[in-house]
Amino acid sequence: MSDATADPRYRRKPPKRPLRLSWADERVRGIVWQIVVVGIVGSIIWWLWSNTVHNLEVRRIATGFGFLQREAGLPIAESVIRYDPTDTYLRALTVGVLNTLKVSLIGIVLATILGTLIGIARLSKNYLVAKLAAFYVEVIRDLPLLLQLLFWYTIMQGFPGPRQALNPVEGVFLSNRGLKFPALVWESAHTAALLAFLAGIVLTWLYARAARARQMADGQPRKVWPAAVALLIGLPLLVWQVMGAPWQIDWPALRGFNFQGGMTMSPEYAALLIGLVTYTAGFIAEVVRAGILSVNQGQWEAAQALGLRHGQVLRLIVMPQALRVIIPPMTSNYLNLTKNSSLAVAIGYQDIVSIANTTLNQTGQAIEGIAIIMMVYLTISLSISLFMNWYNAKIALVER
Amino acid sequence: MSDITANTSVPRSAPRREAPVATTGALAWLRANLFSGWLSTAVTLALGYLIVRAVMGLVDWAFINAIWSVPIAPNGQAQTQACRELQGSGACWAVVTEKHRFMLFGTYPYEQHWRPALVCVLFVGLYVVSAMRRFWNWTLVPIWMGTLTVIGILMWGGVFGLPYVPQERWGGLPITLILATFGLAFAFPLSILVALGRRSNLPAIKVLCVLYVELIRGVPLISLLFMASVMFPLFLPEGMNIDKLLRAQIAFILFAGAYLAEVVRAGLQGLPKGQYEAADAMGLSYWQKTGLIILPQALRMVIPPLVNTFIGFFKDTSLVLIIGIFDLLTAGKTAIVEPAWQGFGVEVYVFVGLIYLVFCFAMSKYSAGLEADLNKHRRR
Repeated sequence: MSDATADPRYRRKPPKRPLRLSWADERVRGIVWQIVVVGIVGSIIWWLWSNTVHNLEVRRIATGFGFLQREAGLPIAESVIRYDPTDTYLRALTVGVLNTLKVSLIGIVLATILGTLIGIARLSKNYLVAKLAAFYVEVIRDLPLLLQLLFWYTIMQGFPGPRQALNPVEGVFLSNRGLKFPALVWESAHTAALLAFLAGIVLTWLYARAARARQMADGQPRKVWPAAVALLIGLPLLVWQVMGAPWQIDWPALRGFNFQGGMTMSPEYAALLIGLVTYTAGFIAEVVRAGILSVNQGQWEAAQALGLRHGQVLRLIVMPQALRVIIPPMTSNYLNLTKNSSLAVAIGYQDIVSIANTTLNQTGQAIEGIAIIMMVYLTISLSISLFMNWYNAKIALVER
Repeated sequence: MSDITANTSVPRSAPRREAPVATTGALAWLRANLFSGWLSTAVTLALGYLIVRAVMGLVDWAFINAIWSVPIAPNGQAQTQACRELQGSGACWAVVTEKHRFMLFGTYPYEQHWRPALVCVLFVGLYVVSAMRRFWNWTLVPIWMGTLTVIGILMWGGVFGLPYVPQERWGGLPITLILATFGLAFAFPLSILVALGRRSNLPAIKVLCVLYVELIRGVPLISLLFMASVMFPLFLPEGMNIDKLLRAQIAFILFAGAYLAEVVRAGLQGLPKGQYEAADAMGLSYWQKTGLIILPQALRMVIPPLVNTFIGFFKDTSLVLIIGIFDLLTAGKTAIVEPAWQGFGVEVYVFVGLIYLVFCFAMSKYSAGLEADLNKHRRR
């Protein structure tokens, strides 16, 4: 490519024509068109804006974000951080954002796992497995997500009340109040163990990288798993043991009409998570399938000729190549899942849309409320696409 | 030569033998596809057992134990005790038998229900005609305009002896089809303009189009619908008011326009550069080049993803439930608010889901067929 322009004759810029003030000149037409379009769009926006300002004056609505510091007084059923109805709107909205992130991030992880499994299952040599996966994908993608959410929520509400709760395993209760399960009483030793585990992940990664570098140097494969087990399991256990090994379980128990203790997964959250995961998995499955199919058949055959097993072929040869095709559409599926989590408002899970909607109903600050929703989602969307673009650039094929 | 051949006998071929049973026919297929190894056999048996169990359970629930109608008390109350006694072991299709007119047509006057029913048939006919390649030319424009006018007359009435029905009483399937169809009819031309604008070399226009597309695609549809329901009244001058359905429709058009624009843009980018240069060399103006050379080829290339976007958009019309517009899903949800029918949500959602499924499945099969057809020249 570059040698075509190496010739100095091609590199010379075309001579500049003087701008003629005539309709026949393309540049003049371009400028006029731009002025016209910008003028039309600008005047529409100005018209809407002036109407809005006038309407706000007539209705005596004060604009601005001052209301964020007022007491919210809106109850929130589930929250990641401590929240009380006497807290400010700002804190209520923060709870909403965290609830959105809670369902989106867990949903993305689960949908990726389920979607990848179904996508691979659809390519299975086993007729029954392949057809079942195809049936799942067809049906789940042809039904509106909102309908599916309402369906799951109806099922959740159909479970018996707390007194007749299903008790499949000791300490786990399934009722129309949600899923109750035992929880660990959290102490500082657990935080320390968690930090040790995170440190273990980093150390394992560094160790694996060093082992690979040495394998590259002398061709001898080195075992990574003993070190990984020691770092990932041994290190946290050691820290926990040193700090006194606290181990107290909070069991849920029926007291009166409801459960006390333990952890809860609310029916709203469960319905939303199940709906989002099963729906998005249908789309991810198709992306994964297309990605695997895009890898040349010769790659499979060459890998088999080298004596690799089916799973190894998939993991070592096909998937790294398929990922290049998979990542860009995967990004948009992640973005869709995050945006679709806004449907929570229909089944009463209090995400950012639900809380901002209540806020704007209570305060009358419609413009600010919607602006907050949009800003939150734009920020989340932008973060996910930046991360995925970075990952995509990392795995992209490096060509000359 | 001849005497040699006369003395030697022609070697006869051995009697034809059938291929081994295990390599042909149904048995071989079974071996290859279901029982190719111990793992495959185990998976087949386990899955087969689960499928048979699930299908039997479903048949029990949906047909054998199901109740199809319940007696209605003289005061109009449905007697649903029989359904409640099933306790989930069978479906209560009586709710569908009783409420299907309400779910399909909402609060439209009961004796006028033939009008929305005819409207739905007209919509389906319009889709079928639009799907036929014979009509992919300018004749589609008058066909659409004519059909939509007839649909408007049927829904509103007030002329030709049809009683007038105000828009607040419309509901159910026609609303879903209206939102989807009018949304696409307006969003599609908008998306072409935006896609062209985004590839334009006029910086101001390009920036405007990029901003529009990225802003809309970055936020969920719900926030746009909320905007339509609470902010539009503030945008308009005092005294001027547009109704809820139209506001939602505008939000939909803006939303679909941004998504379709990206699909169209992909088509514009996929077209070889030579086509643009050849059109320029012929001395065509920008609009001649675009209308005669670029768009006919670019749009044809992106028909399958366009249909997929249409499917997504059709499903997304159900979101108007959240701002309280009476579409098919809202009607279904409202049907079970009545105390007698509370708790039969599953049956209602299955019924409503089947309607969505029929429309979306038809579109997706059509898209797949079209894709295969349009890619014929690429296959070797």
